[in-house]
Amino acid sequence: MALSKKDVDHIAHLARLHLSDAEKARFRKQLSDILAHVDALQSLDTTDVPAMSGAIFEGSRLREDIAGDAMPREDLLRNAPDRENNQFRVPPVLD
Amino acid sequence: MAELHELDLRQAIEGLKQGDFSSRELTAAFLQRIEQLDGALQAFLHVAGEQALTQADQADKQRGENREAPPLLGVPLAVKDVLAVADMPATAGSRILEGFLPSYTATSVQRLLDAGMLVLGKTNTDEFAMGSSTENSAYFTTHNPWDLERVPGGSSGGSAAAVAGGLAPIALGTDTGGSVRQPAALSGVSGLRPTYGRNSRYGLIAFGSSLDCVGVLGRSVADIAILQNVMAGRDPKDASTSDRPVETAVLQKKADLKGLTIGVPNEYFIAGVQPAVEAAVRAAIQALADMGAAVREISLPHTEYALPVYYILAPAEASANLARFDGVRYGLRVKDADVIEMFKRTRGEGFGPEVKRRIMIGTYALSAGYYDTYYGQAQKVRTLIQRDFEAAFEQVDLIAGPTTPTTAFRIGEHSDDPLEMYLQDVFTLPSSLAGIPGISVPVGFDEGGLPIGMQLFAPHFAETKLLQAAHAYQMTTDWHLKRPSV
Repeated sequence: MALSKKDVDHIAHLARLHLSDAEKARFRKQLSDILAHVDALQSLDTTDVPAMSGAIFEGSRLREDIAGDAMPREDLLRNAPDRENNQFRVPPVLD
Repeated sequence: MAELHELDLRQAIEGLKQGDFSSRELTAAFLQRIEQLDGALQAFLHVAGEQALTQADQADKQRGENREAPPLLGVPLAVKDVLAVADMPATAGSRILEGFLPSYTATSVQRLLDAGMLVLGKTNTDEFAMGSSTENSAYFTTHNPWDLERVPGGSSGGSAAAVAGGLAPIALGTDTGGSVRQPAALSGVSGLRPTYGRNSRYGLIAFGSSLDCVGVLGRSVADIAILQNVMAGRDPKDASTSDRPVETAVLQKKADLKGLTIGVPNEYFIAGVQPAVEAAVRAAIQALADMGAAVREISLPHTEYALPVYYILAPAEASANLARFDGVRYGLRVKDADVIEMFKRTRGEGFGPEVKRRIMIGTYALSAGYYDTYYGQAQKVRTLIQRDFEAAFEQVDLIAGPTTPTTAFRIGEHSDDPLEMYLQDVFTLPSSLAGIPGISVPVGFDEGGLPIGMQLFAPHFAETKLLQAAHAYQMTTDWHLKRPSV
């Protein structure tokens, strides 16, 4: 199916991606082509077929919730683009 | 005697053990190859020369003091740059992670370090492992050692070129839809994708979490088996690793495949497969038959749907996994007074075109109103693909076919058309979706002297059978011993 300019704006917003006008125009065409290709899946009858959500066939494994050693705080903060003391610093989230 | 960089892993291990050469000499030989050749090949994003030599010296010291040295003591390794190695840059081929220095090491790498290996450096990859040529790396494109104007394949193209060019004895890669096997085929080396859940993904920068596997690219199947035996097994840090006991793959001394049945799927020999590829793969299958294997035609009827299924599921998982790159905790931040704008500008500048494209496809496929049509349907068809293999493995032990439809293409040849690039993976995607192990081995060359790869698949957790058959092939042929003249 062909995407509209509005669709592309909407998806880019959901994905939190800033795109230039040129990128939007290019993606509009390329995504439409890719979606047309994947439309082949619609021709298959999958009424009684279960969804495969992963490649593990042994079921989920649960473990006891036991406190362990956490990564040292400084190790987690050392790559921060901006920090203040022991915290990541970001622009205001609430007005 | 062969030069040090020409030794295979077993010879290197034996030479170190016998004291024929030191780890420093061996490591220095590879660093010198990198120095000489990597300007042309561009296989490495980061070379850890000093660290590697320091570790080599420690290994030599340890060996001098201790008779019970770990099995891989002082043996160098190259690591794809999507796997974290503590205090070594990890970019995933992306600008958004430029300067990122992980404080921890991926379990797969750690197990090899614990067995004595040392890391030479981090190899180039398509950005976040999304691609089939390394052309999507934000830094540079790796060149194929067999023809510098061609791609080495991808996304583990840096690892493939490093092994093929003799810049590393062996390397780690990752395979989501074919990213170990396809570059192995295009660069003329061997490459294993294990069963999903066999090797830990802890410390692997996630792309498609239901598909990602850590694998090995090496000069021979025997070399690969040595590393796989060390890496396999449950990791408490990765809940998707299997509890199943690890079966250590012991490779047989005799090339005998009697009692083994190999299936050849019709769907893997179709229009679009280069005639030289088909001829070489058919000849290799005949070689397996000559060793006593029974060969029969089979059908994997949903093969053609693997590409559309993959290009919904992998981008959907990627769009969620890559949400973490928002400029808050690590990597690039593009400043803005508004926090949402900061996210958008950071991601807009930090990600390259293919990554953005896949995030967009994935976000769309998961968005309200389209989820069932795209994501839900793709998951159901994934079941059909998995059932194809299950049914086939009721009749045969292994499946054989070409790894890729063509040999290595020219740099730039497919870079304008994403769909055409995706076709590179048609024969590696179905088994990736099913979660079964696969291995690519060199089986010849086309008329232009470019390597051709054959794939073998086995049922879940049947790595031993897979490695044994591939090893038998290499015992009776010498394609894997051919080296490019770089």
